[in-house]
Amino acid sequence: MRSRRQALLVIALLALAGLAVFAWALSAGSLPISRSEVWGALFGGEQGMAAGVVRELRLPRAVATFVCGGLLAMAGALMQVLLRNPLADPYVLGISGGAAVGALAAIMFGLAPLVVDGAAFAGALAAMLLVFGLAHGDGSWTQTRLLLTGVIVAAGCGAAITLMLALAPDTRVQSMLFWLMGDASGATRPWPALAVLLIGLAALMPFARDLNVLARGEHTALALGIEVRRLRGALYVLASLLTAVAVTLVGSVGFVGLIVPHLVRLALGNDQRVLLPAAALAGGVLLTAADTLARTVMAPMQLPVGVLTALIGVPVFLFLLSRHPR
Amino acid sequence: MSDAALPMLEADRLALRVGGRWLCCEFSLQLMPGQCLVLLGPNGAGKTTLLNTLAGLREPTVGSVLLGGLPYAAWRATDAARYRGLLAQQQPDHFSSTVLETVLVGRHPHLGRWGWEGPADERIARAALADVGLADMAARDILTLSGGERQRVAVAALLAQAPQLYLLDEPTNHLDLHYQIAVLDLIRALADAGHGVVMVLHDINLAARYADQVILLDGRGGVRAGARDAVLQAALLSEAFAHPLRRYELDGRTTFLPD
Repeated sequence: MRSRRQALLVIALLALAGLAVFAWALSAGSLPISRSEVWGALFGGEQGMAAGVVRELRLPRAVATFVCGGLLAMAGALMQVLLRNPLADPYVLGISGGAAVGALAAIMFGLAPLVVDGAAFAGALAAMLLVFGLAHGDGSWTQTRLLLTGVIVAAGCGAAITLMLALAPDTRVQSMLFWLMGDASGATRPWPALAVLLIGLAALMPFARDLNVLARGEHTALALGIEVRRLRGALYVLASLLTAVAVTLVGSVGFVGLIVPHLVRLALGNDQRVLLPAAALAGGVLLTAADTLARTVMAPMQLPVGVLTALIGVPVFLFLLSRHPR
Repeated sequence: MSDAALPMLEADRLALRVGGRWLCCEFSLQLMPGQCLVLLGPNGAGKTTLLNTLAGLREPTVGSVLLGGLPYAAWRATDAARYRGLLAQQQPDHFSSTVLETVLVGRHPHLGRWGWEGPADERIARAALADVGLADMAARDILTLSGGERQRVAVAALLAQAPQLYLLDEPTNHLDLHYQIAVLDLIRALADAGHGVVMVLHDINLAARYADQVILLDGRGGVRAGARDAVLQAALLSEAFAHPLRRYELDGRTTFLPD
């Protein structure tokens, strides 16, 4: 258990890393822009092409990837507590599957990007309500039942996605695949999602210690004064909403939601009061860094960011795991 | 709240039915400060269900449970958690955390919404660890501990919670003989200091050694509740456990041995 001061120090360090990754993301690209030009574009009201690129292309994209990474990492941490399963991630309960079905259907019919976003969000909510309704059953849902229902709904969504990919005209298949792997190039309106991330984190922090207690088992938590049922329901809804917003923004980027909570846990321990904000920041840093790499390593070609998160995340995770022999 | 004249826990014409089967027919009891009540019975008789009902975790089918003179519905969850603590039968181990962190979880009801464990809480947690013989394990990861050590960590977490009334589901689970006696001595000392204790035990002889009152469930809905010597009789125990038992007095200790 870290003291409050140590916790704030860790959060401050991660916030500094966030600023550093923003500086990199805004200056790197097929048009290199110096730090001072970036500063001028953001705060000096400068005009010109470089300033326009920073303000209208790179800043929304960097914010979108940061927010998406933060949302997914936080949702993953919550799902792991909720399902008491270290293998849980934000997608395990079928949220991203539902979003993908909605988004891909919209892309397949050539609808506008805004409609694609709307369809993704509607699909995510539909999957969430479906899983919750089915798993709730007689009112005494267990983690196993919730997990199984989610996995089955996700599998059904997977089949629907494959079907749509097989039926879609060739010209649309590539944008459908990019959506599936996570693609930040179209994310031009990240500000509502940023608000969701901040509000979600602010709403969670007062209950973070309750989550520590919940990890000690249902009966122990009840006897320690936790309203377990209400807390679990709130966790499920919140984690699902965060995931829905994230996949609507960038697509179903893999690995961030599974690996970042584990990375933070290995480095800082399992106190949710540190873990949740640290995971949000670390997820943002990882995804923004991955996206900046994705659009620079093979420029002018842009890689799907989900590929990069896996390529960075897996070795880092394996390294940390091997450093902590049990 | 710890008025010595008032019972800490009362069951009034309590009866429990789970899955269409009656676990215990109507009985009543009162637990006064300083008393230790032991629940005995064969596997599946409903000892844990009864303990959880007494802990306010589930509603009784018939009758009522009063904690400190009030029904659980009248307690704020946090206030109830300061008055009564529960040692659950099983300790989950899905994520790693240090022994000290795990024990500090017991301080939860004593901290406000934004509170953070302070030096006083850490002192209490370390003292609780010392009480169960784990003082030098505070920094260890619980996932590296043995089953018996984890059980003692859970007992320490309950001690750190510092309730008036202790409810324990098989506190001797996974413990070797030395620690069975050490932990039960610790619990008995809590009762002698004026706390209330209700615990589920499997061992009739440990029940005979530590209990003031006994509730014997026979697994078919029958309940015997009362003072230790009125309930711990060879005939009643033999019937409840479906095995003949004989009573001996060895050096002033009541002992039951299977035939």
